[in-house]
Amino acid sequence: MGQGILLSGAADIDFMIHGVFSYELFGQTVWITTTHVCVLIVMLVIVAFCIAASRVVKKASDVPGTFQNIVELVVEMLDKMVGGVMGKFSPQFRNYISTIFIFILLSNISGLFGLRPPTADYGVTLPMGIMTFTLIHFNKFRYQKVKGVIKGLCDPWPIWAPINVIGDVAVPISLSLRLFANVLSGTVMMALVYALLAKIAIIWPAALHVYFDLFSGAIQTYVFCMLTMTYITDACTTE
Amino acid sequence: MGEFNNNFILGCSAIGAGLAVIAGIGPGVGQGIAAGHAAAAVGRNPGAKSDVTSTMLLGQAVAETTGLYGLLIAMLLLFVKPLLP
Repeated sequence: MGQGILLSGAADIDFMIHGVFSYELFGQTVWITTTHVCVLIVMLVIVAFCIAASRVVKKASDVPGTFQNIVELVVEMLDKMVGGVMGKFSPQFRNYISTIFIFILLSNISGLFGLRPPTADYGVTLPMGIMTFTLIHFNKFRYQKVKGVIKGLCDPWPIWAPINVIGDVAVPISLSLRLFANVLSGTVMMALVYALLAKIAIIWPAALHVYFDLFSGAIQTYVFCMLTMTYITDACTTE
Repeated sequence: MGEFNNNFILGCSAIGAGLAVIAGIGPGVGQGIAAGHAAAAVGRNPGAKSDVTSTMLLGQAVAETTGLYGLLIAMLLLFVKPLLP
């Protein structure tokens, strides 16, 4: 298999998920992959932040210190974002939306710190899409009752029902694929730069990191949460 | 003969991946149009800049999805190689 000179660095391209170790569970081989490790690291960072934050908030002072200020800023920003979109439904969903916002944001940014972003694994984004799907339909049944759901299904005419069902199923798939593909494209691009342009990749990839990890990651986080909130608000609203 | 067949399939996969990312044209045009209209809206009403920006970003991200599907197909063809026997 002769390889061209352009492909000489191709062996170094590495953006795939690797298995760390495997074990047997009920006769199935289960792999612990890099994604698990990265999710664990992201989770540990979040948990550490949360413990520190709760310790600060418990003895909060009227004149906030630096860390208390940061915590208040984050909480206020998330509350404002959720309240702006969901209105009167915001108190119930504030926690969930804030949680996935912080998790996705840190996951996307973790590419900066040399981890493989966990959101670049479809196994991480699909469950989040399914959670959104569950929330949408649970709240649909809760607020619109069975009658409203059936009415929404046969929206213009009853013959439209199959298309509406396809539209409902497409929501979590497109949500999760959008996040996954965006982060994956950034990861692949960075891997290609580092593998194929290894000799001249000196400092300037930092600009690419700012775009792919920080900018794109933040935008996708915002979009995922925004769409989740819009869909849930739609499901909660009764005419 | 088998090697030739595999190489042929790989080459065709590469061509297919190249064709699949042509899907990027549509979102590019769409996002450009959205950004243009957003710029016009901000020009007309500079006070609503943050609202316009967030709406524009949301719409652009939704429009981007079709292009990303093309990208995913290209990725699958190039790196997962589903067509190889």
